[in-house]
Amino acid sequence: MDRPMVEIRSVRKRFGALEVLKGVSLDVPEGGVVCVVGPSGSGKSTLLRCVNRLETIDAGRIKVDGELIGFEERDGRLRHLPPARLNRQRQNIGMVFQRFHLFPHRTALENVMEGPLIVGGVSREEARRQAEELLDRVGMAERAGHYPGQLSGGQQQRVAIARSLAMRPKVMLFDEPTSALDPELVQEVLAVMRDLAASGMTMMVVTHEMGFAREVGDHLVFIDDGVIVEQGDPREVLADPRNERFRAFLGRVL
Amino acid sequence: MTELPVDAVRPPRPGRWLAAAVAGLFLIWLAYTIIVNPNLHWDVIIAFLGDGRILGGLWVTIQLTVLSMVIGLALGVLTAVMQQSGDPVLRGAAALYTWFFRGTPLLVQLIFWFNIGLVFPTIAIGIPFGGPKLVEWQANELVTPFTAALLGLAINEGAYMAEIVRAGIRSVDPGQREAAEALGMSHSQVLRRVVLPQAMRVIVPPTGNQFISMLKTTSMVSVIAGAELLTVAQRIYLGNFEVIALLVVASIWYVVLTTIASVGQHFVERRFERGHGTLPARVRRNLRPFAGGGV
Repeated sequence: MDRPMVEIRSVRKRFGALEVLKGVSLDVPEGGVVCVVGPSGSGKSTLLRCVNRLETIDAGRIKVDGELIGFEERDGRLRHLPPARLNRQRQNIGMVFQRFHLFPHRTALENVMEGPLIVGGVSREEARRQAEELLDRVGMAERAGHYPGQLSGGQQQRVAIARSLAMRPKVMLFDEPTSALDPELVQEVLAVMRDLAASGMTMMVVTHEMGFAREVGDHLVFIDDGVIVEQGDPREVLADPRNERFRAFLGRVL
Repeated sequence: MTELPVDAVRPPRPGRWLAAAVAGLFLIWLAYTIIVNPNLHWDVIIAFLGDGRILGGLWVTIQLTVLSMVIGLALGVLTAVMQQSGDPVLRGAAALYTWFFRGTPLLVQLIFWFNIGLVFPTIAIGIPFGGPKLVEWQANELVTPFTAALLGLAINEGAYMAEIVRAGIRSVDPGQREAAEALGMSHSQVLRRVVLPQAMRVIVPPTGNQFISMLKTTSMVSVIAGAELLTVAQRIYLGNFEVIALLVVASIWYVVLTTIASVGQHFVERRFERGHGTLPARVRRNLRPFAGGGV
């Protein structure tokens, strides 16, 4: 049997006295698109941020492509990975943020070149060629020389997706990628994500876009209060939600 | 549609005209009294503006300013990075440094560095805590007025620059750091490529002020005979008693230096505004993508 690309096992995470994740287990198969939904404060973004170790988990295990993230097991004990090896793991995991976080002092092209050039050790010409290709893929080739401040939110988010793809990640994490956008700019970003899913990219998407989840997602997970309350095929689960809280949540967002 | 040009007449402002007339008259009177004043010795001032000794002092002032600022900036970045460290000893060392050097007057520090030989008669490189020494110098030979001045100015400046750099680093959106880390950048890459370039926008304007202030602060070095502009001017007027004339000469040069520095500051600030700009400029730019009908 194929092992999943992302394996999340009994993950717990607390911020001070507040336990945000109370034992979450979830698999993302290779090439699969898992959408994570839930009310704000439910822990869904925290779960995503644990996968590339922007947050350190308190209990459980997370593996990407079979490799334990952030830790190594030696002599039967778990040890934190040294920073250099954690950085190497992160290169395999793309992350797209709600607020884009493009580097404002670099052009769109330079933003996409930055990772391969600085972290990947790719030559400047190769990084540029690859960045131009990726910008073309997200429909931003014409604005390659623009600074982020000169782009609309949707355009910035498409550049941010290209920036993550430039590292050739094995999995892409999306943290509410359309929540900071004006409504008319949402579709252009979702279109890029749809293409990406169709190309076979493994994706984990925290979102409020139920339409996207139904149409593109292979699996839908509803998180509330730090636990997975309901999950399954998006079309079935959205058509016939069983859990009371999930139903109430859908009533609010749909 | 008919054109309706706004060609309105502004209401009269007699109060403002009166104030302008008073200020203008005052300036004319001030210039007149200065120019015709026989005690100012304009011939002496002009003669000494290009004097070799004055120009030598001017050069020392420029050297002291530039070197102190460069070393001070380096110390400031180092200290600010130490302040962000997870290690309490590093944070403590940085805090101690800024606390001590901002807590004592620069004048006292300068005199102290000049007399360091009284505390440490010899300076050596070797194993500390009484171990063997590789090289050894007499402190009085090593610490000339120039090195004492440089030590005092640079180390004091570093303590202030640390605060400026820290404010700059804190001004950068934490999301920037996360985005860089998510790409797999190391701590030093995040700092060099992402955080510091953006922090520069906040760091540069006060650093320009520090530079301009430093041009004049170097005159404090005259207490240890630092051979900079003011010391040289003092030496000359102690010989020829043209006290005011030589102070005017020094002041003219200080004004020239600060003016040049202000112009430089303007261009450096513009350089670091890349990707930002003023609000109206940004609005215009942000609207451009939509003006052409394309998104």
